[in-house]
Amino acid sequence: MQITRRATFSASHYYWNPDWSPEQNLAVFGKCANRAGHGHNYTLEVTVSGSVDAVTGFIVDLKWLKDLIEHEVLDVYDHRHLNLEVPEFAHTIPTTENIAIAIWNRLAPAIPSASSARLTSVRVYETPEIFAEFRGGLA
Amino acid sequence: MIAHFSRRYTFSASHRLHVDHLSAEQNRAAFGKCNNPHGHGHNYILQVTVCGPVDPATGMVLNMATLDAAVHASILDRFDHQNLNYDPIFAAQTSTTENLCCEIFHLLKPALAPVLLHSVRVEETENNFFEYSEISPASALHAA
Repeated sequence: MQITRRATFSASHYYWNPDWSPEQNLAVFGKCANRAGHGHNYTLEVTVSGSVDAVTGFIVDLKWLKDLIEHEVLDVYDHRHLNLEVPEFAHTIPTTENIAIAIWNRLAPAIPSASSARLTSVRVYETPEIFAEFRGGLA
Repeated sequence: MIAHFSRRYTFSASHRLHVDHLSAEQNRAAFGKCNNPHGHGHNYILQVTVCGPVDPATGMVLNMATLDAAVHASILDRFDHQNLNYDPIFAAQTSTTENLCCEIFHLLKPALAPVLLHSVRVEETENNFFEYSEISPASALHAA
């Protein structure tokens, strides 16, 4: 059984590989390489799975999960420049793929502490048309 | 007979709300997290509404391709994947979505003339949106 909680945050970023020339960055990343940055309204979907507790009827306490997402992700990412203000992107390009992996790494260690539930998937929408999903294991 | 034609577009941009002559504390009090030093961003939705008589030859207020070309050339090519604060129109005013909405109206109005631009609506998030218009239905009728 799975349950998913959705959250949103607004952030700015740019794509830039410091090992490449400006021309190569522009060729690969296009307008996303604009060093002044641009931004998105991101939507995050966190899915946990586990058995339904016979007493509560819950897989996980959703208020607890909401607080965890707020503390671990939204407080760090919302209204921030991902490249300049979020430590995991100091040397990693904040693509939607890497954002999904980074959020997984922030949430996965804490989930089992709440119940028998386990983190199953982190899905990050950069726009309504683009999302990346990470389910753990090899990135 | 006056008809209204609306079309939606999207662009992604960053901005920061900050007034240079206010103190750091005053900026924080006025703009909260929107004053964070490196900015943040949004997927903006732009809704453009034109109005006018329906051309009896085409059945249209305005050809959609003509509207698309004007919006791309004057708005989307300028703002998409950019930092709004670096645009000259925000050199002397904050890049709030109120100001952005008015500026987009004033950029689009001449680009669409002689077709009347009725209103511009900009959605910053799904819960925040702003709309600007300079004409009433009566003036649209008069212009027709």
